[in-house]
Amino acid sequence: MLKMSGLTKRYRTGDLALREIDLEVPDGQVMALIGPSGAGKSTLIRCINRLVEPTSGTVFLNDIELNALHRKGLRRARRNIGMIFQEYALVERLTVMENVLSGRLGYVGFWRSLFRKFPRPDIAEAFRLLERVDLDPMVDKRADELSGGQRQRVGICRALIQNPLLLLVDEPTASLDPKTSRQIMRLICELCKERGLSAIINIHDVQLARIFAERVVGLRMGEIVYDGLPDRLTPKVLTEIYGEEDWETTIGGEKTGGGDAGENEGDDEDAGPHPEKERLAGMI
Amino acid sequence: MAVITKDGKRSWRRRSLRNQLAVQAGWLGAAVAFLVCWRFISEKTIWMFVLDAPQQAADLASRMAPPDWSYLAKLWKPLWDTINIATLGTLLAIVLAAPIAFCAARNTTPNSLLVRPVALFIIVASRSINSLIWALMLVTILGPGILAGIVAIGLRSIGFCAKLLYEAIEEIDPRQVEAVTATGASTAQVTAFGIVPQIMPAFAGISVFRWDINIRESTVLGLVGAGGIGLQLNASIMNLAWTRVSVILLIIISTVVFSEWISARVRQAFI
Repeated sequence: MLKMSGLTKRYRTGDLALREIDLEVPDGQVMALIGPSGAGKSTLIRCINRLVEPTSGTVFLNDIELNALHRKGLRRARRNIGMIFQEYALVERLTVMENVLSGRLGYVGFWRSLFRKFPRPDIAEAFRLLERVDLDPMVDKRADELSGGQRQRVGICRALIQNPLLLLVDEPTASLDPKTSRQIMRLICELCKERGLSAIINIHDVQLARIFAERVVGLRMGEIVYDGLPDRLTPKVLTEIYGEEDWETTIGGEKTGGGDAGENEGDDEDAGPHPEKERLAGMI
Repeated sequence: MAVITKDGKRSWRRRSLRNQLAVQAGWLGAAVAFLVCWRFISEKTIWMFVLDAPQQAADLASRMAPPDWSYLAKLWKPLWDTINIATLGTLLAIVLAAPIAFCAARNTTPNSLLVRPVALFIIVASRSINSLIWALMLVTILGPGILAGIVAIGLRSIGFCAKLLYEAIEEIDPRQVEAVTATGASTAQVTAFGIVPQIMPAFAGISVFRWDINIRESTVLGLVGAGGIGLQLNASIMNLAWTRVSVILLIIISTVVFSEWISARVRQAFI
């Protein structure tokens, strides 16, 4: 279980990106983190694996206090936290295989990694993962030869080969087309289910969050303003997270796709169509 | 950029009137400075010597032709020395420049208060001294010969290679580095997997470009006794053996053309 308490980040410029965040993510839960640009979503997940140092507060992954760790301990803890990035962040001039195997760097010594002498089981696992995401013909291609969706699948393999307890996913679909976005989100969620992983997924697209996440947390100005089920995201809640806008179209548009337009408009209690219908709508 | 409001209508001109005048005054000043300098140089020139320059040049050319091709046999060894000086000197420079570049780049320096200024100083010191002067000093330290030439080329090239390399390091994509860091990799592994692949094309380009420059520089090192074909060039000029000088110049030109061809090929291969 991941547990944050009183997590605060103030940047050197004085901007308060996170204000006293308290958040728990149980094992195996896929949680979407939504909110406007600059709300602190990226900062929040980077404060967990300390790519950004939090100013105060604590983060526990199971019983390890991540923010008390020093260099070596931190590296060891990072092995348990996989990360998937916006724009993939693959090492462009390395091959697909090298990119996937770089997920094992925390387990392999420097010289072995320099000469690419990764242990046999790691290489076998890399093949298995690449096969799982339908990329095995691309093993020897350089990362910059792949399409966006393919690159993101390599990024997913790189995170999973770490054999992590937790996935941090930063805007995985921001540079993908709508269809690929859905495929990538579905893949991430399926893989989390298969391996019992918990995940925090930063996402701009409210509809995708509603379709794929079990829980949605809304962040505004570094504070949690919503924490609940995806189908409780009403226009009122969205207004609170993002500000005034005609949210009916965001939610209502999906309803039309589901074939029950207008039926429960303004009905806050059980707004939002059935997730299965959303999924089907996404397939079209 | 100036927006001018006149009779309630807005109009736009590239510069406001004041800026326009300042720019024109600047051009006027530059023109005056040019004319003043021209007059100064003209006063210090003995025009009689300049006026017969075409005859002098034609005379020299006639004394250089035809090239004394029999001299060529004695040039292969010094030419080989010259190429070796350039190549080994470049290798020496690359080996020393790589760590200095990592110390000098803002995003990889271990310490920006102490280590970075020292690295930058090494770069500036190496760049500000011409290889001929390095060679002059090294000949007195190491004695005349190829070794002095290699070290001179190496010391001169450290600054060039390290400067271009550290600029390449500062321009890498930080997200790729972040991603490798997030896997739990050590600093050395982050460098090897996240940074080195990104700077490889720049590294290869810089190395062959410098090697190409060094071929040219090492042809003159012999003038101060640091080995290579410059020794023969100096001797031939001293003896007024102009037909030999022309052979040496021709062979230098063909070597330089060859080295440019090779460096172009290498740069193409490494994109």
